[in-house]
Amino acid sequence: MEGINAKYVSKKISKTRWRPVSSSSLQQPDIFATGSWDNEDNSISIWSIGENGVSSMDDEFEGDPQLLCEYKHNGDVLDLQFLDQDRIVTASSTGAVTIFRHHHNSQTLSVSKLWERAHHYPCNNAPCTGVVCNSPEIVTVGEDGRIMLFRADQEGVLRTIEKADSSAIHAVTFLRTTEILTVNSIGQLKLWDFRQPGNEPSQILSLTGDRVPLHCVDRHPNQQHIVATGGQDGMLCIWDVRQGNMPISLMEAHTSEMWEVHFHPSNPGHLFSCSEDGSLLHWETSSNTDTPSFLQGGRNTSIISRSAIAPAGGNQSLINAWLTGDSSKGHLETTHMLPSQMLSVNSLDVLGQCLVCGTDGEAIYVNRHVPI
Amino acid sequence: MEEVDVEPTTTPIPGFDSNQKHLGFVWGPGDILVYETIYKASGGSAGGCPFVHEVRKDEDIYSPILRKLFNESHHIFVGLQRIREDLPSKNKKPQFVSISKNYRSVIRACMEELQQVAVYHNDSLGNTLLSLELIWNLCEVLFIDAAPAGSLVLHLLDWVRLHKADVDEKAREVLASESPAEHQAYWDVVISYVLQGRMDEARQVLVKQAALQPAARVMFKLLDNLLMKMPIFNPGETQTLTEFDVKWRHWREEVDHCLQDQSFASNRHLEDICKILVGDEDVLLEYKELLSTWYHFLVTRLLFSHPTVKPTELHYYAQSSMHMFLDTRSVPEPLDSILLAAFEFDIHQVIKDCSIALNNWWFVGHLTDLLDHCKLLQSHNLHFGSNLREFLLLEYASGLFTHHSLWQLAVDYFDHCPEFGRVYLELQIERVPLDTERKALKVIRICEQRQMTEQVRSICKIMAKKALRNNRLGSALSWSIRAKDAAFATLISERFLQDYCAKGTFSDLDLIDNLGPAMLLSDRLTFLGKYREFHRLYGEKRFSDAAKLLLSLMTAKIAPHSFWMTLLTDALPLLEQKEVIFSADQTHELMFCLEELTSGKSVPTPDKPMQDEDIETTKIELLRLALARNLAMAIVKEGTVEI
Repeated sequence: MEGINAKYVSKKISKTRWRPVSSSSLQQPDIFATGSWDNEDNSISIWSIGENGVSSMDDEFEGDPQLLCEYKHNGDVLDLQFLDQDRIVTASSTGAVTIFRHHHNSQTLSVSKLWERAHHYPCNNAPCTGVVCNSPEIVTVGEDGRIMLFRADQEGVLRTIEKADSSAIHAVTFLRTTEILTVNSIGQLKLWDFRQPGNEPSQILSLTGDRVPLHCVDRHPNQQHIVATGGQDGMLCIWDVRQGNMPISLMEAHTSEMWEVHFHPSNPGHLFSCSEDGSLLHWETSSNTDTPSFLQGGRNTSIISRSAIAPAGGNQSLINAWLTGDSSKGHLETTHMLPSQMLSVNSLDVLGQCLVCGTDGEAIYVNRHVPI
Repeated sequence: MEEVDVEPTTTPIPGFDSNQKHLGFVWGPGDILVYETIYKASGGSAGGCPFVHEVRKDEDIYSPILRKLFNESHHIFVGLQRIREDLPSKNKKPQFVSISKNYRSVIRACMEELQQVAVYHNDSLGNTLLSLELIWNLCEVLFIDAAPAGSLVLHLLDWVRLHKADVDEKAREVLASESPAEHQAYWDVVISYVLQGRMDEARQVLVKQAALQPAARVMFKLLDNLLMKMPIFNPGETQTLTEFDVKWRHWREEVDHCLQDQSFASNRHLEDICKILVGDEDVLLEYKELLSTWYHFLVTRLLFSHPTVKPTELHYYAQSSMHMFLDTRSVPEPLDSILLAAFEFDIHQVIKDCSIALNNWWFVGHLTDLLDHCKLLQSHNLHFGSNLREFLLLEYASGLFTHHSLWQLAVDYFDHCPEFGRVYLELQIERVPLDTERKALKVIRICEQRQMTEQVRSICKIMAKKALRNNRLGSALSWSIRAKDAAFATLISERFLQDYCAKGTFSDLDLIDNLGPAMLLSDRLTFLGKYREFHRLYGEKRFSDAAKLLLSLMTAKIAPHSFWMTLLTDALPLLEQKEVIFSADQTHELMFCLEELTSGKSVPTPDKPMQDEDIETTKIELLRLALARNLAMAIVKEGTVEI
């Protein structure tokens, strides 16, 4: 847990996201954005953790985030995504979807586009709870059970799926360029295909038994059918959307709501989750030494798991580990990444070797040496 | 009623004339709402002020920099509460000292940040924090660390040095100049060092002067020697206090001897230094400006006159120092009386004075809590049941709860108030405004973790009502499931059924189709789920299963009576099928149900319009006909024997 220091920022942080680095450069990320919530004046802020090329002589001074710029935000920031290097999309509790532009030269932020009543009830505003982008397309979901599709360069709405859900939709992620996956507060995953007209999902998956509200979802970076979700009871579920409508594995993770779950984008054998109980877990599938021979390399090896499908090939051991998900066999290791006795960790983001997270204790934690 | 210690401050309300009107007020959790009443003094002008004013005592919690103080100290507070009780207090003292240092470093960090920001305007908040750190540091030295005689003076010296940082600045300036010894502040620096007991630094600076005056080399050497030989008590060594005392007296005699010899008569500054070393109070008072505070004067006095002072003797010297130093005409400031109370080891007086002087409870709450953990507070119960520590923490946390964002911190403080914390929390948590589902979830989680089921239920009900008003039936249902609220689930199912009766189709099929075990929460909900299943079976043309389900809904009394007509009407198409679906027994049961239904509403009421009556009777007749025909066919079918 070395290398984690708290930076107190006088606002409760609801979302933190790294600015994407181009995949060709081997640089570590150095700029991240945060959104605040539960304040009379909420804001989004851009922070920098300084030069990475310079080797610092004194480790203590390394990595204290510096505020670059800040901009007032109407309503709580319920979700935040980088559209590209310069633009950030936010989802607000007033139901608005905003695109901010970050001007690097002057280090300022400005509003580039605003869709004010993207999500609403007949008489009120409804909070917009999730936003995901695949530049230039932006998909948003809200408590009104609507899915909206925008384009960053167009004024109007591209497509609305009305009455997509009778309960609040909590999160959304892209499965393929034309397919998205949403999770809602009655514990269902719904697959939507934009190529099809109409307002019906193409697939609904849910747990049998208690319908626990789901709060977060993330797709495996390489295997597009593997999805991880976290919900109100703090359980981590791994699903395979191609087969069946039940999760492949369930793992006990946290003691309260899991707010965010992320696969590491370049190293998918690692997963991170954060929760209301104040913990941030790093899940690691170990694919060395102890793995039995049938899991080591080679193609066409069958998986001993609850699902009976053999994968198409490639990256066997990693897929196997997630799908078996049996921590007692030593395939899965979890480590706590933050000191104990903390208020809720609302958000995390991981890129390269850097992890940033924000808490209800009005603090941001940055770790630049995540063991990947 | 107790006497008031200080005159209460008056806050004028803008736009209000106290001669004309009376002011009405109402207490809130942390503020007062003030309004103008209708009462008019005789001859007063008409027209009232339409405003309601909110008067708040504590502006500080809204300062963004101070918020860091609250958050970081919350973290330290929670850590302190979790220190295990079973360790003997001897081992815990270093832990408590380190926690106290943590608190102080948090205050310092805030102070530094305030200084960076508040460059141009009067930084009263920064000054307040400076005083707070001063008081806390003194409390740490005297109460928590509880230094015995000998080390006491050393700790007090550290305390003074920490709060008089301008000496180093001046020294840097002087030494950086071209000719340090001729700088106008040169002697100030030397004497300040001596007053603070920093002999090595003083000697280093004196060397510059000595270089300039080779003729007086002997004198300088002599003083240098005296300064070097000054005994400093070292608690680590095996030297006892008495041995140190003897050494010190010996040294002092030597210095006195030099004075009597007039060795330093030619240089006034050196003579003054010598007199200071002997502890000459008149000379010390001449340097009032360098000392700047009476407590600096006190510590210097102790260093040079009574280095082995015992903690119990401290108050005598403190009082006399204050009288000697301060102008008798000037009013003692709150800070002075607080420090004096600390020197007198009167913890309660310190806390009381701090409470009056400050406008929020942060400082006294945390300090009292730490002192309580060190078992330094006698637990005498206050009038209203709880002890001092709990009272202060409750006040602090209640103040936090009025803040739109810091209320989450207050929860932990309430948790650690054993007597009243829970009650306070129950009352306050219900009043947190719930704008988004996420915030409601966090509040509910807090309540669930503390088994506050009443609050959970009431919050879920509020959210469910909101969802229902916006026609979000799925959200409303998920809230009632969370609260295990059967009554509300029934309400929602009624809404669904009403929708169905009105429109003929179900809305929100994705919800009803996937109810799962939640169906069992309420009877009506179960009926809804089963009814939907019936429709599905019918749609899949599994008629016999559908028929069985329909019948069981009525006979098992799951269906409400009001819905039986609809169910029977749904049975019509099944009865009209070419193939016999309902068996004879089943048909008998259906007929029985119909009779039960019609016997209840046999008398037609005059206010029912004729059309409804007609429709009703037509339906019943159709049903009767269909049932009779089905019965006939069923009897025939069952009676037929295949040859």
